[in-house]
Amino acid sequence: MKFYGHEPCSRLLLGTAQYPSPAILSDAIKLSGTEIVTVSLRRESGATRAGQGFWSIVRDLDVKVLPNTAGCHSVKEAISTAEMAREVFQTAWIKLEVIGDDDTLQPDMFATVEAARILISEGFEVFPYMTEDLVVAEKLLQAGCQVLMPWGAPIGSGRGLNNVYGLRSLRAHFPDVPLIVDAGIGLPSHAAAAMELGYDAVLLNTAVAKAVDPVQMAGAFAKAVAAGREAFLAGPMEQRDMAAPSTPLIGKAFL
Amino acid sequence: MKIICNGEQCDVAADTLARVLLELGYAGAVVATAVNGAFVPISLRQNTPLKFGDAVEVLAPMQGG
Repeated sequence: MKFYGHEPCSRLLLGTAQYPSPAILSDAIKLSGTEIVTVSLRRESGATRAGQGFWSIVRDLDVKVLPNTAGCHSVKEAISTAEMAREVFQTAWIKLEVIGDDDTLQPDMFATVEAARILISEGFEVFPYMTEDLVVAEKLLQAGCQVLMPWGAPIGSGRGLNNVYGLRSLRAHFPDVPLIVDAGIGLPSHAAAAMELGYDAVLLNTAVAKAVDPVQMAGAFAKAVAAGREAFLAGPMEQRDMAAPSTPLIGKAFL
Repeated sequence: MKIICNGEQCDVAADTLARVLLELGYAGAVVATAVNGAFVPISLRQNTPLKFGDAVEVLAPMQGG
């Protein structure tokens, strides 16, 4: 698994928002073993300079950062945000989010494809947040994306994998493209399910940050992602509708 | 001169983006800037004049998902 030439060991990517404290954020990321965290850009006050403290915490973690364009609703906004992020974070990576619907935070895939094309022409390495649509996936790959990030469920909903069939189809259609389930994961079992489908990694934030004990939950997710990956590699059994006895019938006593 | 910085009205004496950032307390800060919606890289801040009513955005790293 390579993300634009970078090969992380951990298949768990974490967001950095909504943690109860900076110390808990740091501890959760360390315990999870994650090597890639998402960050964003927001307005900075010249008086409080809150962003400077946050940036110093993230730098100390010694992880790779994946800046996002969260909250952008247009191609123009997303491109300007990406350009600003590249300068601040000194990376060509950008998690491209162009939101199309405020209730579900569903991405606007028409705008996402257009923005991806422009950003890639400007030298960005784009991680597009997308629906699990096969045709959209093809367009994003044609635009030059080398990683795709379909949603599991709406951001922050914790609903898990809303469309397992769609995610399985996407995996089957693009066996060689790094695929990350991004958003909607609420439980370690959801993350394991994504990995069992053959997804390369999962990206989540709220499920860890909003847990009663985020550090413990980060550890639980790390184990679930590793277990799901191992299960995929081991080759899960086929499902069937009817029971099949696992204990041999031959040799059963006649009583 | 009145400009808008991060959505709020500001009265500044300086007339370039670089000097306005110093005046508003951003000296040495890791920030990215935009003027009227367009990104202005660090290298161009000194030569970017500001005029009355310009909208400046000053963004910094923040928590994100």
